[in-house]
Amino acid sequence: MIQQTAAQMADALAKGETTSVELTQAHLDRIAAVDGQVKAFLHVDSEGALAQAREVDTRRKSGEKLSAIAGVPLALKDVLAQKGVPTTAGSKILQGWRPPYDSTVVSKLKDAGVVIMGKTNMDEFAMGSSTENSGYGPTFNPWDLTRTPGGSSGGSAAAVSAFEAPLAVGSDTGGSIRQPAALTGIVGVRPTYGAVSRFGLIAYSSSLDQAGPFGRTVLDTALLHEVMAGHDPKDATSINAPVPAVVNAAKSGNVKGMKIGVIKQLQGEGYQKGVQTRFDESLKVLASLGAEIVEVDCPSFEYALAAYYLIAPSECSSNLARFDAMRYGLRTGDVDGASAEAVMSATRDAGFGREVKRRIILGTYALSSGYYDAYYGSAQKIRTLIIQDYAKAFGKADVLVSPTAPTTAYKIGEKVDDPMAMYLGDVATIPVNLAGICGMSLPAGLADEDNLPVGFQIMAPAMQDQRLYQVGAALEAALLSQWGAPILSKAPALGGAK
Amino acid sequence: MALPTYDEVIAQWDPVLGLEVHVELNTKSKMFCSCATEFGAEPNTQTCPVCLALPGALPVVNEKAIESTILIGLALNCKIAPYSRFARKNYFYPDMPKNFQISQYDEPICFDGYVDVEIDTEEGPKQFRIEIERVHMEEDTGKSLHVGGATGRIHGADYSLLDYNRAGIPLVEIVTKIVPGTGKYAPEFAKAYVAELRDILRGLKVSDVKMEQGSLRCDANVSLKPIGSDVLGTRSETKNVNSLRSVERAIRGEMIRHAELLNDGKKVKQETRHFQEDTGLTRSGRSKEQAEDYRYFPDPDLVPVTPSATWIEGLRATLPERPSLRRKRLKEEWSVPDKEMQAMINADVLDIVEATVLLGADPTKARTWWLGEISRIANDQNVAVADLSITPADVAELVALVAAGELTDKLARQVVEGVIAGEGKPSEVVAKRGIKVVNDDGALMAAIEKVCTEQAETAEKVRGGHLPAAGALIGAVMKETKGQADAAKVRELLLKHLGQG
Amino acid sequence: MSSLSRDDVAKLAGLARIEMTESELVELSSQFGMILDAVARVQEMDLSGVKATSHPQPLENIARPDVVLPSLSPEEALSGAPAQEESRFRVPQILGEAE
Repeated sequence: MIQQTAAQMADALAKGETTSVELTQAHLDRIAAVDGQVKAFLHVDSEGALAQAREVDTRRKSGEKLSAIAGVPLALKDVLAQKGVPTTAGSKILQGWRPPYDSTVVSKLKDAGVVIMGKTNMDEFAMGSSTENSGYGPTFNPWDLTRTPGGSSGGSAAAVSAFEAPLAVGSDTGGSIRQPAALTGIVGVRPTYGAVSRFGLIAYSSSLDQAGPFGRTVLDTALLHEVMAGHDPKDATSINAPVPAVVNAAKSGNVKGMKIGVIKQLQGEGYQKGVQTRFDESLKVLASLGAEIVEVDCPSFEYALAAYYLIAPSECSSNLARFDAMRYGLRTGDVDGASAEAVMSATRDAGFGREVKRRIILGTYALSSGYYDAYYGSAQKIRTLIIQDYAKAFGKADVLVSPTAPTTAYKIGEKVDDPMAMYLGDVATIPVNLAGICGMSLPAGLADEDNLPVGFQIMAPAMQDQRLYQVGAALEAALLSQWGAPILSKAPALGGAK
Repeated sequence: MALPTYDEVIAQWDPVLGLEVHVELNTKSKMFCSCATEFGAEPNTQTCPVCLALPGALPVVNEKAIESTILIGLALNCKIAPYSRFARKNYFYPDMPKNFQISQYDEPICFDGYVDVEIDTEEGPKQFRIEIERVHMEEDTGKSLHVGGATGRIHGADYSLLDYNRAGIPLVEIVTKIVPGTGKYAPEFAKAYVAELRDILRGLKVSDVKMEQGSLRCDANVSLKPIGSDVLGTRSETKNVNSLRSVERAIRGEMIRHAELLNDGKKVKQETRHFQEDTGLTRSGRSKEQAEDYRYFPDPDLVPVTPSATWIEGLRATLPERPSLRRKRLKEEWSVPDKEMQAMINADVLDIVEATVLLGADPTKARTWWLGEISRIANDQNVAVADLSITPADVAELVALVAAGELTDKLARQVVEGVIAGEGKPSEVVAKRGIKVVNDDGALMAAIEKVCTEQAETAEKVRGGHLPAAGALIGAVMKETKGQADAAKVRELLLKHLGQG
Repeated sequence: MSSLSRDDVAKLAGLARIEMTESELVELSSQFGMILDAVARVQEMDLSGVKATSHPQPLENIARPDVVLPSLSPEEALSGAPAQEESRFRVPQILGEAE
C-alpha cells in the first residue's frame, strides 16, 4: 500500500477501499521499521496522526465533501509550527518547545484532512544543504546510507524517498526543497514567493523563504501544492491571487510548441559528468516531445551565490535574535547572579550550531555600519540584475531549465568542514529564490558513475507555477516509459522488504 | 564651585534644543497584530505569537496607525512621503521580544514640517517656529518589573518580570530639527511645543496623550554654545521627561549643568540621562560597553507604504482646526476673560463647552456649568469631566430650562446631580423628582405671610426701611418652599408685602 | 584577501549576543577570509544606477483593519517560558538600561 502514489491512495480512500487509519498505520509501521536507519523524523506523532486519520474517516463516512488528498498521511518539516507538537527547526535552542499556535500551512493541511505524522529533520534553521547541520544528528540518504539526502529539507525528502510518507512539506530558501528532491530521486517544488503563507514558518531569510511540496510524482506534488497555497492576510508578503491551476497542469503534461530555455551559466564546468549527461538527455526528450530548446544568457547569475550568502545571513542575523532564553526555548548559564545579558549570550552559544553562528556573524558584519552599502546594499542590487536577467530570459522562453545540483549526493562529513564547498552546491537553485520565482526538481535518472539520482530543474515566472507542472509531467511520463519503472524502484531495500 | 544661576548661564551661553516626542496611538489593536491595547490589563493577557515574537510569527501593519500618522504629519505641516518603508532596528533587550524594533529609518512617512508656538513673557507674548525633521511609525516595548534590591529600580534588582501587553502598541515618533535661537526662553518654548503637540494630537483624536500614563513621552536634547558662535556644543539626551512642567525643569537643569561643566573647563559627555521628578535633576544612564550599531535594514516581512494623493488629500480634508487658532477664535466668540479661558483649558473642558454652545446654550452659562458644578462633582468622584454620564445635550437642555424660568440655578444643580446619578435627561429628572419652581404668587404669599408672622420683629425692621434684614426673611421663605421658589421673585413679593417694593 | 581579526569577530559576536570560546573566535576569523572573498564578488560589477531589491514581489500598502482579535491566554503565552512568576516572564537581572 505504501508504494502507491498519493493520488492512488486518495483514490482508494475515496472509493472506500481503505481507510485513513489503515493507511496512516501502514506508514507509521514503515517509519518504525526503517527510520532507525534513515533518521528522517525528529518527532513521530503516532497518536495525533491516528486521531486525525480517525476524524477524516468519520468525516468521509458522514458524506462530507473532502479535499482531493484528505486522509493521506504527510511528513512536515520541523520548521513549521504545529500547535502542541514539538517544533525545533532542527535547533537545540528550541528543544522541547511546543507552539501554542498553528502555522497557516498546518491549518490548511488540517482543514484539508491531510494527516500529519510527524516533524522531519533539517539543517538547523534551514541553514545548510546536507541536513548534517541539524542539532539532532544527520539524516541518511535512502539510496546510500553513507551519503547525505541533501538539505536543508533532507528529512522530508528522505521520508518520501524511503516510503515513510507519500507526501512531505519542505521549505526552500536557496534550494532546500529542490536540491534534496534531486539527491533522493523525488519531485520537489519551490512555489512562487508569496504563494504559500510564511506565517508559522520559522524564518531563516524572510525575503527568500518559501514552503513547498514534495511527492514521488509530479501529480502528487501538485495535489499537495494546491492544498498549501493561497492568500493569507497574516502574511503581508502573501500574494492575493488565485492559486495557479497546478493539478490540471500536472494531469495534462504537454510541451508541444513550448520554448524551453537552457541557462548558459548553469551547466558545464563544475557539474558532475553524470549529472550533465542526464540533463542533456532530458533536453532531447523534451525536444522529441515537440518543445523548442533555446539557450539563454543570464550573466549576473555568476554573482548570485555571493549575493545570497550576504542577504540570507543578514536577514537571519536579525530573524534569529528572538532566540534569547527569555520567553521560550533553551536557557543556560542562569546561575546565581548571572545577568540577563550573560544568560542570553551563553544560551545562544550553547543552543546554536556552528553553521548558524557562522551565518549570524557574517550577517551581523554585512549589516554593520560602514559595511552595509558594500555588502548588503550591493547584494540587493545584484538581486535586481538577476531579476532583470530572468525577465529577459522569460521573454525568450516559457520555462528555463538547468541541472538542480552540480553533483549527486555526497558522503556524510565530506564537506562539513569546508563551508565554501557546501555553499557551491546551491549555485543552480539560488537564482530562483533571489528573484522570487518558482522552481521544480524532478528525477532525470541516475548518474552513470555512482548510480545516484540526478535532478532536472524547471523554472517559471512568478505565479506561473502551473508551467512547472505542465513541463514536469510531460518529461516525467516520457522518462517513465523509457525506464519502464519509477526511479525509486532502483533504490536499494531498507531494513527489510518494501 | 557653586552652580551658576540661570541668568549667569544665559548671559554667556546660547542653548540649542532637540526634542523627540513618542506618542502612543489610541488604535484598538496593536501596530502589527490584532491584540487589544487596553491600558492596565492583567499581565500578558494582550499578547499573541506576533507580539511575543514566537518563532514563525509575522507582522502585518495596522491601517489605522498609518492613517493616524499621516494625519499627525499633515497637522504638523509635514510633507508625506510617496514611498516609505519599515526598517528593523537591531539591539537586544529583554523588553523587546524580537530583539529588534520595527521602526522607520531613512524613509520616514512624514518629514519637513513645523509647529508655531507662543509663550507669555514679562516682555509680552513671544512666538517661535519649531521645525519638524520627521514623523515616523514604530512599536512600543513591553514593561519590566524589577524585583529585589532597592525599590523596584533596575540597579541591584535580583531579577525582572516581564509583561508584554504594551509590546507592539503603535508609537509615533516626532523629531524636531535642531532648534537654535530660543535663547533664554528655551525651557518655556520647549514646554509650549510639547503642550501644543499634545493639543494638536488630542484634536486629531489619535492618542490619549496622557503623559502620566506614558502615552506621550518626551526626550530632550540640550547643548550649549557660546553666544555668537556657530559651533554646536556636545549634547546630552534626557529621557523620562513625563510632564509639561518636567520638560521645562529638565531643560533648565541641563542648561545649568552644562554651563557649570563648561565654565570649569570640563567637557560635556554625550550621553543619555534620566530625569528625576523628585529632585528635578538628571542622572547619568549606565554607559554602554560599546557604541550601539543598530544595523538598520528594510524589514523584509513588511512591504512599502505608498499613500496615494487621493488618500492623503482625503485625510487632509478631515483635519480639525489648529488648537491655537481655535482657542483664539473661541476666546473672541465667547468673550471669555484670559483667566477663564486658561481655566477651561486646564480643566480640559473646551471641547465639551463648545459642543454645548453648538447645541444653542449661552457660552457663559455653558462654561459656568462645566467648569463649576460639574467639575466639582467630577473632582469629588475623582474622574474626568468627560467620563461623567452628563452630556453637552443635557447641559444645553438645563441652560434652556433655567432661561425659561422653569428651574432656578439651585434647582438646576439638583437636576445635574440627578443626570449624573443616571436618572435620565434633565426633563426626566425634573419630572421624576417633582422639581418645580414655585411661581404661584398665592403659595408664595402664604409662605411670606407665615414667615413675617413668625419673625415679626425682623419684618418690622424691614418695614421701617432696614432692607438688609430682608435677607433672613427671604432665606426663611426659601426654606419654607423647599428651595423651589425663585429667590428674586421672593424678594420682590416680600418687599412689596412690607411696603418697600 | 579580505580578513577579519579575532577581535573583529569578538566584537561581532558581542553585537550578536553570542558568547564564544577563544577557539571558536580563532576558527571563525580564519574561515572568514575565504567567505568574505567569495561574497565580496558582489562588488565586482558596476552597480551605479542599479536599484536595490529588498522584496522579491512588488507589493505595496498591505495592511490590516484596526480590529481586535482574541489574544493567547496568559497560560498559552507563558507555556514556553523558562521561568515565570505572577503571569509574567521571569528573567535574570537586566544590566543595561532600556533604550
